[in-house]
Amino acid sequence: MEEKLIVSSSPHIRDDNSVSKVMGDVVIALIPATLGAVYFFRTRAAILILVAVITAVLAEAAIQKLRKQPVTVSDMSAVVTGLLIALNLSPAVSWWLPAIGSVFAIVVVKQIFGGLGKNFMNPALAARILLTLSWTERMTEWVSPGVDMVSAATPLSFVKGEVAVPAGAPSLFDAFIGNIGGCMGETSALLLLIGGAYLVYRKVISIHIPAVYIGTVALLTLLNSGFNVEYMAYHVVSGGLMIGAIYMATDYASSPLTTEGKVIYAVGCGVLTATIRIFGGYAEGVGFSILLMNVATPLIDRYTAPAIYGEVKKQNA
Amino acid sequence: MNFLTFKGGIHPPDSKSATSTKAIETMKAPKEVIIPLHQHIGAPCQPTVNPKDEVKVGQMIGEPQGFVSAPIHASVSGTVKEVAIKPIGGGRNVQCVVIESDGLDEIHPDIQPYGSIESMDEKQIIEMVQKAGMVGMGGATFPTHVKLSPPPEKPIETIIINGAECEPYLTADYRLMLEDPETLVLGLKIIMKSVGAKQGMIGIEANKKDAIDKVLKVIHEKEPIHVVALQTKYPQGAEKQLIEACTKRQVPSGGLPMDVGVVVNNVGSAYQIAKTYQTGMPLIERITTVTGSCIAEPKNLKVKIGTSIKELVEFCGGYTKTPGKIIFGGPMMGMAQDSDEYPIEKGTSGVLIFDENEAVIPDPVNCIRCSKCIEICPIYLMPVTISEYSLADRMPDAERYNALDCIECGSCSYICPSKRPLLQSIRVAKSTIMAERKKQEK
Repeated sequence: MEEKLIVSSSPHIRDDNSVSKVMGDVVIALIPATLGAVYFFRTRAAILILVAVITAVLAEAAIQKLRKQPVTVSDMSAVVTGLLIALNLSPAVSWWLPAIGSVFAIVVVKQIFGGLGKNFMNPALAARILLTLSWTERMTEWVSPGVDMVSAATPLSFVKGEVAVPAGAPSLFDAFIGNIGGCMGETSALLLLIGGAYLVYRKVISIHIPAVYIGTVALLTLLNSGFNVEYMAYHVVSGGLMIGAIYMATDYASSPLTTEGKVIYAVGCGVLTATIRIFGGYAEGVGFSILLMNVATPLIDRYTAPAIYGEVKKQNA
Repeated sequence: MNFLTFKGGIHPPDSKSATSTKAIETMKAPKEVIIPLHQHIGAPCQPTVNPKDEVKVGQMIGEPQGFVSAPIHASVSGTVKEVAIKPIGGGRNVQCVVIESDGLDEIHPDIQPYGSIESMDEKQIIEMVQKAGMVGMGGATFPTHVKLSPPPEKPIETIIINGAECEPYLTADYRLMLEDPETLVLGLKIIMKSVGAKQGMIGIEANKKDAIDKVLKVIHEKEPIHVVALQTKYPQGAEKQLIEACTKRQVPSGGLPMDVGVVVNNVGSAYQIAKTYQTGMPLIERITTVTGSCIAEPKNLKVKIGTSIKELVEFCGGYTKTPGKIIFGGPMMGMAQDSDEYPIEKGTSGVLIFDENEAVIPDPVNCIRCSKCIEICPIYLMPVTISEYSLADRMPDAERYNALDCIECGSCSYICPSKRPLLQSIRVAKSTIMAERKKQEK
């Protein structure tokens, strides 16, 4: 026959899901926290978010052009990285900090290691750590919400070295809704949880990593304080735990593949975070914890391959 | 009703509405049939006719070679035009008997009904099945008499009739269950008797509620036959998944259904066994769904084995647009063909024709490690990992991750947001590993 028939391996139909839809869902899930950042920290936040996102997308397009690779910015993954970097910054930083962070995340952590899905650690988190280590003062200068930008301490610095919430610390409710000093996007646990619920509902992430990670931190802080629930709740809703557990630790490329692996990884993240927060020199430990567990992911994957169908029976027989 | 199922799986759109309400139509014998002498798993048949021989309907034209083989019969009466190697579906070149029909459909005198089922013993039934050239008509084409001859240490307790028809688009089994449930249940009883099975089950997906009702109506209360309502999910009709849903038992890795005392037969096969018993006629025709966006009037057809795709399409009103892909079977596991001149075989459960847009193969992008393929794999494999090893030509590692257990259902490729060729690369791993094993045995 004259027509050209396509002969290919089955299946001949595909789900209409795609990488850009998955990444688009992550962006949608981050909208509440992004709007929250702009509400609490005003124009400054908006500018920093725009700088981070635009730099991330441009950096990806530029490095791919330079290396003569197909430009894949339409898959939205650079937007997610840029957005996460901005939300991980103090609203007081200069505009060039997010730009440097985005370029480092995209060019060094993501593209040099092979691009989408090949990064061995979360690019946004690696950028946050780079910026914190390089410009420690700028990165840890916190301000209170509102237009006047009065410098303020983060809730976590109040409980550092304590086993109960001291007097004078921001209220638990303020910490929960985000009306406190801290990174732009990590302050409001409420808005991050709304986005997280959306991601779980859309099956973009499974609930295992965030639930086990937050649960482990809750349990350990509870133990450390001799079952002081307020102290535990303070740890759970403050700092980078929510954004880390829901949006960063769940990064596909740098977290384990199987459910069992995800649980082990999340327990590891939780133990490390609680250890750094309680015993370490830093008030916050989410970033380092996740990066360390990112590096352990290939090892976890190796030892958590699921038992296959009919395998258990065979051994019993 | 409580719907049973398995762990994993996907929910592709079922796309069955084009043919689900169409009664089965019988298509007249074409002027010429091309009958391949190798339509089963096992040894090809040797021709028993020569060019210019006169043949009648039901006459054996291909003799099986060895136990794992199945005879081939003439589907029309007329004159043998040619016995030659020809290209057929699946990219194979196989010896075929081409028969020019005289249009009379004269039945061979040896074709006689087999007395009463009560008077037949197990051996006689299996012999009947073997002589009829019965193979798995769902597409696997494994000779049925081999399945019904388990070694004595593996008694068969349960016969399951696979009425899941979980492949999108296909409705042939569904129509059969609606239109002739009596014959289907008779077929099940004959199969049960052939292996001394204590119980029979007919597994039907919940989206075929009316078929469940129809089949239930023809089963008497005292009979040890149950209809099992299954969740609508792909691959519910895969042998291992069907057995698990019906009996809660998992076929061991590398094992066969008989290891858990089960034999599974397709609806079409059970129906054909009953028909053979009633009329003596071997497997010379089958019911197949002709559908897809390129077909003017999609239909469920009863067609003679050896009818070409082209004639089927013409009978269904022809192509409405340029076809882009022709598939034997369903869209998940079916095989794409490179011509519409190939004949329908015993295992052709459907002819699905896609237009040029539907035929486009999506461009794969980097794996994002979302682990969806692992979540849905009905065999609990790690498709992404096996695929990565296969693409890196690290076959021993692919084997370590149990590539050989893959049932090739295609769920992983279907679900992948990056459109990775997961199943395709796993297939490469499987065939490479098997070839390596054969080499080592030598």
